[in-house]
Amino acid sequence: MTAGKRKERLDRGIKVRTEGIYTLSSWREMIYLVAPRLVLILGLLIIPLLLPSSYYQKLICIMCIYALLAISFDFLTNFVGLVCLGGALFMGVGGYIAGGLNSAFGLSPILTIPIATLGGAIICTVLLLPCLPIRGVYFAIVTLVYPLLLLKIIEATRILGGTDGLPGLTTFPNIWIDQYLIIGITILSIFGLRRLVNEDIGLLFRSIKDNDQAVKASGIGITRYKALAVFIASGIGCLAGAYLCHLYAWVGISFFALDFSILPIAAAVLGGMGTIAGPFLGAAILVPLSEILRALGGLRIVFYALILILIIGIRPEGLFNYFQRKYHQFEHWIEV
Amino acid sequence: MSEESFLQVREVSKSFGGVKAVDGVSFDLAKGKTLGIIGPNGSGKTTLVNLITGFIRPDSGKIFFKDKDITRLPPHIIADLGITRTFQIMRPYYTLPAYKNLIAPLFSPRVKRTSGGKFGERDSVAIDLLEEIGFERDSYVPYKLASTLPLGYLKRLELARCIALRPEVIICDEIFSGLSMAEIATMIPLIEKLQMEGITIIMIEHRLRELFRIVDKVMVMNFGEKIAEGKPQEVMETERVKEAYLGIERRK
Repeated sequence: MTAGKRKERLDRGIKVRTEGIYTLSSWREMIYLVAPRLVLILGLLIIPLLLPSSYYQKLICIMCIYALLAISFDFLTNFVGLVCLGGALFMGVGGYIAGGLNSAFGLSPILTIPIATLGGAIICTVLLLPCLPIRGVYFAIVTLVYPLLLLKIIEATRILGGTDGLPGLTTFPNIWIDQYLIIGITILSIFGLRRLVNEDIGLLFRSIKDNDQAVKASGIGITRYKALAVFIASGIGCLAGAYLCHLYAWVGISFFALDFSILPIAAAVLGGMGTIAGPFLGAAILVPLSEILRALGGLRIVFYALILILIIGIRPEGLFNYFQRKYHQFEHWIEV
Repeated sequence: MSEESFLQVREVSKSFGGVKAVDGVSFDLAKGKTLGIIGPNGSGKTTLVNLITGFIRPDSGKIFFKDKDITRLPPHIIADLGITRTFQIMRPYYTLPAYKNLIAPLFSPRVKRTSGGKFGERDSVAIDLLEEIGFERDSYVPYKLASTLPLGYLKRLELARCIALRPEVIICDEIFSGLSMAEIATMIPLIEKLQMEGITIIMIEHRLRELFRIVDKVMVMNFGEKIAEGKPQEVMETERVKEAYLGIERRK
């Protein structure tokens, strides 16, 4: 950095102009607002058509699953203040409900996925309810332990197929439905949550994160709202789990694997915490990357960790925040 | 309901480990009156506020509000009944603009019940309220992020958060501390306006001169005990208060 100078960041004129209703008066400004969103939506819709083989097409589905877990983590952690390590819990509960219903009663995915989403969200919320009134790290610890607990129960009692899981579940009719179903869900979740956190109820969630005492002093029982937030986030996670069991035509104890808890957190950190869209970006980078690195065998984890450490060291704010700043602001050097 | 049975605190005690933070404190407060609580640092003033508002449960003793026992109710129920408070350590909702900081009280069941806080009106209600409390309407101040506001505005914001709940009792925990004389001079009319509206106020304060201008009576605490209560001037004349609070040695 030059001595006696510092970088000043200023909002671009067009950014300021697009903040009001006047945006609608000019194409340029409308495009400025819509372009980033269109890149995401159209990009996701077109990518399946460009991919060469079903291997990569399956990869898109896995990427979206991790993205869903990552945005649910981001929502709970950065907008409600509940650090949630329960990706595996949501996946497992959602997967086993959908898989169990399909295997036992032959219900089609059209029914099992919504039932698993709502039922799973209710079950997860009830399971986590005891630690909601307590402040501190307890929520994180409990969400981390539940998947291990449920996994051991299934292993020991051999219910729901035990260690073999439930094979032979109904799959989706073809690879296009595979992809576009989960892509649609992902797009809806990203934009839905981004809208939600700026609605009144979302602002209340953010108030609880910033200062729960003041919310209590304002006559609002915060446990109800924390439970509602957990319901929303676990619903998204259970949806991902229910989808995955029909994608694999199988559900087993690996649904409770720690990967589903840890990788979404890495994706959120890489993409940018507190942005909802950032964790999606992180998942879109990390999931294909870990597939590419699979060729390296044992060294895969080393490279994977190195890349993470580098990015966290250089851009701790996360990629999405970085790109967003570059898009909205310009920098120039000024004399101090 | 008699005058005296509005807010009653009866022999409340609370110990933290071996320390008696509040030790058998009792007082009555009539509707619409203002009570000042003073005392040296660590004398249990804030703990007393925490006990009344339910953030801490007392070891013994009872607290009644309008003849209803509120001793072991959780904080949000007590706030819902109409007792709210400011916090000594200012922690606004940093990630929200100032006017959105009022979302919690405006969203609360109490406000929905009393004024029909309808969806979509909350922003304009919040802006009106902030203007009343000293945020200039036509400036950017109400729209600024709370993390960028100076202390004076944060204190006002804290008070606005209480007023937005339309409470019957407001407990101000050192709302003047850290403010300049000029800023305090603009805060006092806000308190006086609340008094005129009939709101019962408890003020914890170290700035005695300003406090004595606005309170009806004063209670002095030391080492968790109430050592005096009465009119400001009378109370300050008693020997125990001089000794404890002002550090004047007792003549033998």
